Amino acid sequence: MPETSSTTPNPSRGARSAECVEDTLPHDTQRTAPDAQRRRIGEPVIEWCIKLSGLVVVAFVFLIFLFLLRDSLSLFRQYSVKEVLFGSEWLPISEPAKFGVLPLLVGSVFVTFWAIVICVPLGVGAAMFIAEVAPKPLKHVLKSLVEILAAIPSVVLGFLGIIWLGPFLRSRFGLSTGMCGLTGSLLLAFMALPTIISISEDALVGVPKSYREAAYGLGATRWQTLWRVILPSASSGIVAATMLGIGRVVGETMVVLMVTGNAPVMPKSILQPLRTLTATIAGEMGETVGGSEHYFALFAVGLVLFAITFTINFIADLFLRRARK
Amino acid sequence: MKIAVRRGLRAVEESNAFSDGFALANADQYNLRRMGLRTTTIVLSVFCATVLTGCGEAVDPNEPQGFVQTKGSDTIVNAMQETAEEFMKDYPHVFVAVTGGGSGVGIASLINKTTEIATASREMKGKEIEMAEKRGVHPKEIVVAYDGVAVIVNHHNPIDRLTIEDLHDIFTGKTTNWRQLGGKDLHIVTLSREVSSGTHMYFKEVVVQLNKKGSTEEFSKETLLLTSSQAIVEEVANNEGAIGYLGMGYLSDRTKAVLVAKKPDEFYPPTVQNVVNKTYPLSRPLYLYTDGEPAGVTKLFVNFALGPMGQTRFMATGFVPVGETLARNQ
Repeated sequence: MPETSSTTPNPSRGARSAECVEDTLPHDTQRTAPDAQRRRIGEPVIEWCIKLSGLVVVAFVFLIFLFLLRDSLSLFRQYSVKEVLFGSEWLPISEPAKFGVLPLLVGSVFVTFWAIVICVPLGVGAAMFIAEVAPKPLKHVLKSLVEILAAIPSVVLGFLGIIWLGPFLRSRFGLSTGMCGLTGSLLLAFMALPTIISISEDALVGVPKSYREAAYGLGATRWQTLWRVILPSASSGIVAATMLGIGRVVGETMVVLMVTGNAPVMPKSILQPLRTLTATIAGEMGETVGGSEHYFALFAVGLVLFAITFTINFIADLFLRRARK
Repeated sequence: MKIAVRRGLRAVEESNAFSDGFALANADQYNLRRMGLRTTTIVLSVFCATVLTGCGEAVDPNEPQGFVQTKGSDTIVNAMQETAEEFMKDYPHVFVAVTGGGSGVGIASLINKTTEIATASREMKGKEIEMAEKRGVHPKEIVVAYDGVAVIVNHHNPIDRLTIEDLHDIFTGKTTNWRQLGGKDLHIVTLSREVSSGTHMYFKEVVVQLNKKGSTEEFSKETLLLTSSQAIVEEVANNEGAIGYLGMGYLSDRTKAVLVAKKPDEFYPPTVQNVVNKTYPLSRPLYLYTDGEPAGVTKLFVNFALGPMGQTRFMATGFVPVGETLARNQ
């Protein structure tokens, strides 16, 4: 393109353009010389870029927190913190509206608790099998299958929950409806399994070989070695896996929105319909007008959720660090 | 294309005249940078020229073109979609996007200025209008069709008629077993749409609060809030104890619509005829809301929806058209 422009019928321009070309040519041929110098300048630049990207991540987390805090604080100007956190009624469109988060919080806790009760034994068991018992070819197949499990979109699981698991549980347990906490817990357990299996398996594999050899040397059977030596040594890693699994389950939205029935009742049992924090945000955010009470209330729900996942991830991190030591 | 490129080049050179003067007065080191600058400008203007001439060739400037977004009521989302498809056949350069989510979603979007048309199965609340005016949006209400809210139960449920009082007791949790209404000994599972649904609001006013101003009665807390009318159909079709409500447009053979009565012994099924002559007690208008009088392509689309083509689509999806004569002819 520059050549085209320099051949235009403008005498003064033509002359100057030619000058430019001369100017650029020697510069091009000298390129090898400042290479070392460029490296000397380049390295710190790249270092800075990397540092910057690290800082950007920190800034994002911080900004998200500030944003949540700012908009939830607007709610607390009209409603007391006690009223919101411990209020037992969530009636966002009534007059006057009530924004008690407690039933949603309890709903989330119920679903998460049962999901973890179901998936931790299963996940750790599977990890033990993959890490210690399974022959090599089977191990590879299982590992990739676990990865595929992680790749199933949650909306697909939710759909299966509505048309198959819900009706199945209803007829099995004689429930009044299949849209209940248990359906959600089972599907969430299924979703948390890959996380728990792969992190526990890493922890089990990471147990030093000498422990195993010592146990066998003392005449322990394979089961005794696995159960009394390897599992306790990997316990920090397994706790971390559980914590990350909980984080995954608490934050999951689509499945619970689709299958738990979303009744904003204070749940007494897992076999009852219930409403979680995430489903509330997803189900209601579309209809709120920016700047309304309901809008701020959803931000407050988000803040509660953020606090929970932050704490859980923090604990998981502590255990992971201990596991590495 | 060639002409366009040359035209672009000439334009660039003319526009560069000023910066050339600047470069002359300064040191030669600017030359290099200017070259780079010029190259990118040329590429850009060539691109622009191509794109602009490309558009000019394809569309007759007299033909309407543009984009209309409609958002809101899930009750009429299917009817709107069909109307939009017909409309786009007639006006190929106007693109109409139809989204559901619930009447609340549509109204919120209108107030947030993210949609041209909000569809709603309920009237805008005073509070919402106030909020809209505060943001410089002046909602204009247009009735696009009428609808009956059908109450559905499972086919195996022997109950086939209920009064508004019965429904009130069921949905507020005063009646909890079908046996109390002469049915089987089964727990009643009440199903509702999410709070963003206009049908939810309508049902709450007419059935839960029995149209009493200042009533603070709420849906029973045990009521399941489902995210779509389809999910309600699914649960009712599978669950013998379930009862739910939805727009007439969603009725199908998979569930059974019960007859509803305002006064004892005057039971009517939810049919177009009963909505037209207002004997079915749960009927309501469906609305379009625009910001001020609709104009441009939005006006074109609104008129199309109210015209014979649009109204036929509404009728085909189970609603009652606005023109009474049109309805009677059917």
